[in-house]
Amino acid sequence: MTIEATTPSGERMILNMGPHHPATHGVLRIVVESDGEVVANCTPDHGYLHRSIEKIGECVEWQMFVPYTDRIDYVCAMNANLAYCVGVEQLLRSDPGTAVQVPFRAECIRVLVAELNRISSHMIAVGAMAMDVGAVTPFLHSIAQREMVNDIFEKLCGQRLTYNYITVGGVAYDLTPGAPDEIASFLNTFEKEMVRFNKLITTNTIFRDRCASVAVVTSDEAIAWGLVGPNLRGSGVDWDLRRDEPYGIYGQLAVRVPFGERFAGRHGAVGDCYDRYIVRLLEVQESVRLCREVLKLLPPPAPKATDQTGGFQADVKKQLARPPKGEMYSRTEAPRGEMGYFIVSDGTKVPYRVRCRTGSFSAAGIFHHVMKGIFLADVVAVIGSFDVVVPEIDR
Amino acid sequence: MTDDPMMNALPGSTKQKAGNQLDEQIHLTAVDEFLAWGKENSLFYLLFATACCGIELMQAGGPRYDLDRLGMIPRATPRQSDLMIIAGTITHKMAERVRLIYQQMTEPRWVVSMGSCANSGGPFSKWSYSVLNGIDKYIPVDIYIPGCPPRPEALIDGVYALRERVRRYRTLGVRETVPHIVASADAAFGCHFGKGGSKQPEEPKA
Amino acid sequence: MSALSFAELCERVHARWPAVEAKRSDNGQPFLLVPATELVALVQWLRSDRELRFDALSDLTGYDLMKYPATPPSDAIAVVYVLFSYVQKHKLMLRVLAPRAACVVPSVSFLWPAALYFEREVWDLLGVHFDGHPTLLRIMTPQDWVGHPLRKDYIYPSEYHGVPHLREGQHFEHVPQREGDAVKAAPTAPAAPAKGAPPA
Ligand code: SF4
Repeated sequence: MTIEATTPSGERMILNMGPHHPATHGVLRIVVESDGEVVANCTPDHGYLHRSIEKIGECVEWQMFVPYTDRIDYVCAMNANLAYCVGVEQLLRSDPGTAVQVPFRAECIRVLVAELNRISSHMIAVGAMAMDVGAVTPFLHSIAQREMVNDIFEKLCGQRLTYNYITVGGVAYDLTPGAPDEIASFLNTFEKEMVRFNKLITTNTIFRDRCASVAVVTSDEAIAWGLVGPNLRGSGVDWDLRRDEPYGIYGQLAVRVPFGERFAGRHGAVGDCYDRYIVRLLEVQESVRLCREVLKLLPPPAPKATDQTGGFQADVKKQLARPPKGEMYSRTEAPRGEMGYFIVSDGTKVPYRVRCRTGSFSAAGIFHHVMKGIFLADVVAVIGSFDVVVPEIDR
Repeated sequence: MTDDPMMNALPGSTKQKAGNQLDEQIHLTAVDEFLAWGKENSLFYLLFATACCGIELMQAGGPRYDLDRLGMIPRATPRQSDLMIIAGTITHKMAERVRLIYQQMTEPRWVVSMGSCANSGGPFSKWSYSVLNGIDKYIPVDIYIPGCPPRPEALIDGVYALRERVRRYRTLGVRETVPHIVASADAAFGCHFGKGGSKQPEEPKA
Repeated sequence: MSALSFAELCERVHARWPAVEAKRSDNGQPFLLVPATELVALVQWLRSDRELRFDALSDLTGYDLMKYPATPPSDAIAVVYVLFSYVQKHKLMLRVLAPRAACVVPSVSFLWPAALYFEREVWDLLGVHFDGHPTLLRIMTPQDWVGHPLRKDYIYPSEYHGVPHLREGQHFEHVPQREGDAVKAAPTAPAAPAKGAPPA
């Protein structure tokens, strides 16, 4: 990929960032054309982690694709599982003969793990962003919190990162008997930790001024460029699929949606890096609240796994062997925004086409637009504030 | 100085406690052994994470598993690092970059392949068209760690195996080429690793 | 104002664009089948009309109809547009069929910049050429990659830049096992082991 340096004086410098660069969160390559300290132009180059997951979706059976969704977004694998399973269930529901009813307990567990994973994913996002602008300590604090969530998940499904826990029709294992108490006590300590974390970095004047008014995305721009999730809300758009197009039991939980409102104060603007950062922190608080609410709703376990309230896994073998012919577009709210699945079935046990629309892909699409005219040192802050995860871009 | 366990652990040291006399503070050892001792305890690793395994690498460097206590500090540039931990999937597009980075590292250099993907393509080996099935087709690998992703404990196990190897390294000797495979209970997905896709390729000239 | 249902949307579209057909997929998902020649004018109107206001392109993707059991069978590439309006909160799916022989669809990136990336992806993976796109380069695979992987007749590469794709001892038939599927592509021959390191 080439960039023409077009200034008559020819004084622009071309700087290659990545694909191996510690601040690009993986293998993202950005070719920056700089005019002194200012970015004149930039071209992201993707595909260094293109693992052909969509092609794999056409080769494996319905249930076998779930582990691959883990790898589409490994920072919030539960949400990625959930997005795919919700899509397949909606496809099955489009024909009354194959409709599946997910047990209520399974729905509760799904929301619980999805919100816990949202917490751990946002902790990585804010910690990594702070690290990118030069504050390493908050990252260690956020990693410590992530380890706590990992412990809970490990007891649940035996994995620390790629869970393969949520399946079509429910979840793979029931909660362990002590899990609700453990989660409740984790939420309590986590809230205390967050106070410390915020003192450390969020209210830090240097950090705030560093991020204020950098890479401002207005709400119209955000919509037109297809931003989703916290990036969209950071620009002041009040939209969250959990509240506005509820799936699962989110309809029964009053989800409060934070959005960007110039948190950086006088020097900030709606939709700058600091707004996107704060929206993530507020979402973490909301997730803590949702987890507590779900713990109250959680019905006691039933002896039979397929029980409609207390079970955790509906029997879907028959349905998945002969799913309805047709297609379905479904979307769910993952930590990095709308995760849409376009699923086409030809009526066999192998999907015909699985397409995953992810938040990071469109966030990466806006890079060359927002990076024009910012300082070179801010490039990493911008990448951090959009919270891109590379396999979500490349898949 | 006298109670420094590290000094007592010096190869060739017969004294458990060095005294204040001049001759008691002099240790006789081979240069190679001394260098190996230094290298072994300061394996700076390249911060090179491509995919999911990279998160586990990050968490291994985090507060709980704390790779720092083994003298392992992440470096951002290959020119300052001794060890490259390939954490994650390597695609065909990325593989040539990996070799470039490897060539920029100074000798002696070591490579740990972390996770099924870097070992053999892992879950992507069968149906993927773009994933390189094993990084050992491009650069020589010393330690293979199976798992998808390997736990940080498995990584640390691999690091200890590597330290053994570093201790045996001799500047003028023959480089060990037989890879070490860390035994792991959770070696997910059938792997062909260790056989070497193309045997061990010769070391590319830097 | 409130969200319009698909029938109401159809009514308004039909009044101006009689060539656009309202269709349903096999499981009843409604969509509009748009001729490629009318696409640009239609989406321009969809985006600017006061009652419709589709200000976001939620998704743009496609799939190969070659092996889809439809009657009559088709070998076109279907390009799927998912439009969404954050103002009116309604959703609409459009579809354009691009025949394999002349796989060209006009670009909509001048309306929704989000399409810049989506179209590059569809071009890369499915080989649909978007007319009017400023930089229609491959986005996922390397620029010198051969073929469009998500097409159903794609043949897996046996090597890339001299490095074999498979390991020694691996034999995979890279063809999805679909019931009643005649194997079209020959399975990739087992790769020969490379001699030493590939040239730098
Ligand atoms: S081995 Fe597994 S966890 Fe590691 S990079 Fe590959 S898919 Fe991800």
